[in-house]
Amino acid sequence: MEAVKMMQTMSGTPDDTKPVNFTVKAPVYLQIGDAKADTAHSGVCVVDVNLPFGKPVNIEEVTFKNYYTAYVTVRLLRRNPKQEAPAKWCTAVRDLPLMDNPHTEGGSQDYYTIHRTQMQVEPDHVVCARLILRQPSLAWLTFSLEDIKIFPHTEPDPEKEVSDWLSDLTLTDQHPDLEGLPDPQTVSSSIQQMWALTEVMQTNQTTASIGRFDVDGCYDISLLSLT
Amino acid sequence: MDEGIELSLTIAQIIQRLRGSHLHSQIERQAKECLHQPDVKLESLKEDVRSFLKTSGWERKLQNAVYRELHIQLPPRHPPAPPEHLKEPLVYMRKAQASWEKRVLKSLNSMSTELGVPLAHMRPAAEQKELTNKWNEMGTDEPDLSRFRPVYAPKDFLEVLIGLRNPNHDSSEDISVRSHWGLIQVPLNVRDIPHLREAYSELNLTSGQMGIDDHALIHPDLFENEYVQIGKKVVMEEDSAAAQQYSRQGCPTGLRADLWALILNATNQPQDVMHYEQLKAGVIQHNLLVDNLIYKDVKLTASNDDYYFVFEDFLYQVLLCFSRDTAVLEHFKYNSATPPKSYIQGKVGDEECAVVYPPNGVIPFHGFSMYVAPLCFLYNEPSKLYNVFREMYIRYFFRLHSISSHPSGILSLCLQFERLLQTHLPQLFYHLRQIGVQPLRLAFKWMVRAFSGYLSTDQLLLLWDRILGYDSLEVVAVLAAAVFAFRAENLMEVTSLASAEAVLADLSTLKVMPLIQVFLFATAM
Repeated sequence: MEAVKMMQTMSGTPDDTKPVNFTVKAPVYLQIGDAKADTAHSGVCVVDVNLPFGKPVNIEEVTFKNYYTAYVTVRLLRRNPKQEAPAKWCTAVRDLPLMDNPHTEGGSQDYYTIHRTQMQVEPDHVVCARLILRQPSLAWLTFSLEDIKIFPHTEPDPEKEVSDWLSDLTLTDQHPDLEGLPDPQTVSSSIQQMWALTEVMQTNQTTASIGRFDVDGCYDISLLSLT
Repeated sequence: MDEGIELSLTIAQIIQRLRGSHLHSQIERQAKECLHQPDVKLESLKEDVRSFLKTSGWERKLQNAVYRELHIQLPPRHPPAPPEHLKEPLVYMRKAQASWEKRVLKSLNSMSTELGVPLAHMRPAAEQKELTNKWNEMGTDEPDLSRFRPVYAPKDFLEVLIGLRNPNHDSSEDISVRSHWGLIQVPLNVRDIPHLREAYSELNLTSGQMGIDDHALIHPDLFENEYVQIGKKVVMEEDSAAAQQYSRQGCPTGLRADLWALILNATNQPQDVMHYEQLKAGVIQHNLLVDNLIYKDVKLTASNDDYYFVFEDFLYQVLLCFSRDTAVLEHFKYNSATPPKSYIQGKVGDEECAVVYPPNGVIPFHGFSMYVAPLCFLYNEPSKLYNVFREMYIRYFFRLHSISSHPSGILSLCLQFERLLQTHLPQLFYHLRQIGVQPLRLAFKWMVRAFSGYLSTDQLLLLWDRILGYDSLEVVAVLAAAVFAFRAENLMEVTSLASAEAVLADLSTLKVMPLIQVFLFATAM
C-alpha cells in the first residue's frame, strides 16, 4: 500500500482543479460567398476561445457538452516563452467524431473530454484556442458546443508539511532491495490507475439495500406526488 | 477518457457492488476453510487459495457475478455528466417521459379518489390471515374488479411515441421522404439488414438453429444431438458467458431453464428464497391499489389465454411480490423512467415520510402480466421464477414501456420496424398507407409484449432465447417485419383496416426462426 500512499500525496484530483477563466466569442457560422440571405444552413462553425491575456495555459483537458455537432477540430495558438518567435497556430485534434452518424441522434447531446494525451501536439503555452465545428447533415436546425471548459495542467504538488522524521521513515521504505518488489518505474506508471481505484473504494460501503419500503411499519398513502 | 482509467473505474464500481454481497462472504468463508487443506502451503498461500477457488468452482461463480454486473452497469461517468444524462442523454426525451409519467400518476390518483380506495394501506389482521391461507390459490378469489380499469394500454403509449419531436430537427423540407411515410418522427440510428447480418451472424442459413434444424423430419444426428451435448457441457461448466453465446442458436427444451438461469445469474440460494419470503410478507401486510390492477390484468389477459390460464396463481405470486421489491429501484439509474414518489399519512413535504409507490417504482399496465406468463413453463418454484423474471425485467422488459433513445428501447424498435418495412417491402408499405393503415399500429402491440401471448409458447421461448443470447431486443423488431413479409401477399389484397387486422390476427401457427432467418439472410438486397 506504499504506492497508494505515495499517489495520494502526489497529483491533485482533476475535480479540484478549477477550469481556466476565459471569454468565448460568439460562434461564427461560416457561409460560402455572400451569405446575407438565410437560405442555406451553415455546416461549419468557428468558436474562438481567448485565454486570459498574458497568461498562457498548459492544457490538461478540454470538456464540453455536445449539441448536434458531428465533428470537432481543435486548433491552438501557442507562444513559446523561451523563443522570440511569434505565436503559431497548430492543430491539436482533427475532425474528432462526436456523433456516429451525423444524421441520427447517437452522441448528439453527450458530454466529451479531450485529454492532452489525445492531442497531436503538446498543448502548452496556449494563448488562444479555436474550435471548428462541423455538421454536414441538413437534418438539424442548429449545432454548437455547450459548457466548454478548459482545465490547466497542474504539476504535482510537492509534499506539504511532512516533518523530518516522517519523511525519514518513508525514505527507509524505499531501500533499493528490489528482490521480489515491483520495479519502481512500473509502480509509478500505474499510479494513476490505482488512484482511481482507491478513490472509489475509499468509502468502503456496500451497495446492498435493506429492502424495507415502509417507514417504521407505516405505508399508508393516499395521493401520489406530481412534482 | 483514458482507457486505463475507464477500466479502473469500471473495476472499482463492480467491486463496490459485489462487496458485502452474499457471494463475497461465501468466497471469504471458502478461502478460510481451505486453509485446513494439506495442499495449501504457507509459502505459496495466495496462489494455492486461488487455485482452490478455481477448482472448486467459486471463481466461476465470481466470474458469472461480474458478467452480470457488466450487463447492467452504467458507462463510467465523465465528471460533468449529471445522473439524468445516464438515464437518457436526450433532453427532449427526458421531458417527454416526465410528462407521460405525470399523466399516468394523475390517472392513478383520480382512480384512487373516484373509487375511494387508498393507494396503500395496512391490511387488518383478519385479512392478513386469510391471505396467508389462500396464498397458493389466489386465483379462486373473485373480487369485484369491475370498477378498476388499467392505468393505460399500449395504444395510449404509442400515441405518445408518435407525437415525439426533436425541437432541433429540421422537418421543414422533405429532407427524408421516408420519415413522412411512417409514424415515428425521431431520427434514431437503427440498423439495416447488412449490419444486422453481421451482428446476428449465428442465425445465418448455414448455421444450425433450434427452431429449424431440430424439426422432427430432420435426422437428429445432423445437428440436434451434438448441439444438445454441447448444451449439457455448458450447463455443467456453469459459465454465464458461454451460456449466453450458446443461446444465440437457441436452447434445447430440456436445458432452457438452466441456461436462462445461468445467463441471468439467477441463483436460487437460501438468501434468495428468504428475500422472496420477505416480499411475500410485504404483500400480506400492506394492501396496494396496484394489486387490484395486477389482478385485473391477469384476469383480462393471462387467464383468457389457452396456454397460460393454468398459471394464474403463479402470476399473482410473482407480480404481487414484484411490486414490493425495492431492489428493482436500482434499475432506475439506467432507465429513463423515474419511480413515483409519495408521502405516508399525507405528510407532504416531510422528507422523512417520503416513500416510493409502489415500492418497486413500476406501475403495471394492461398486458404486463404477459411478461411473466411464458416463464411459468420453465420454472415451477416461485422464488426461482421470481428471480428469473425480475432479472429479465431489469435487463430488457423495462425498455419496452419507457421513452428512451436506447437501441433496444421501444422507440428504436418501432423505428427499426418501419424502416425495415419501407426499405425491403416498399410496395406493401405504400399499399397499406393507401388504404389508410399504418403498419406500426398493427405491430406495436406485438413488440410491446415481446410477442408474448401472440406466438405459441414454444416459438416465443425460441425468440426469447435470442433476446438473451444477443442481449438486445432488436430481434423483436426484425420478427415483426418478417411477419409482414411472410403475410405480404395476403396483405397486398386487403382493402381496409379491419381486413388487414384479420390477416395478422392469428400468429399462433408461425415458426419464428425460419421467418427471421429468411428475412435477414435471404432478402434480396
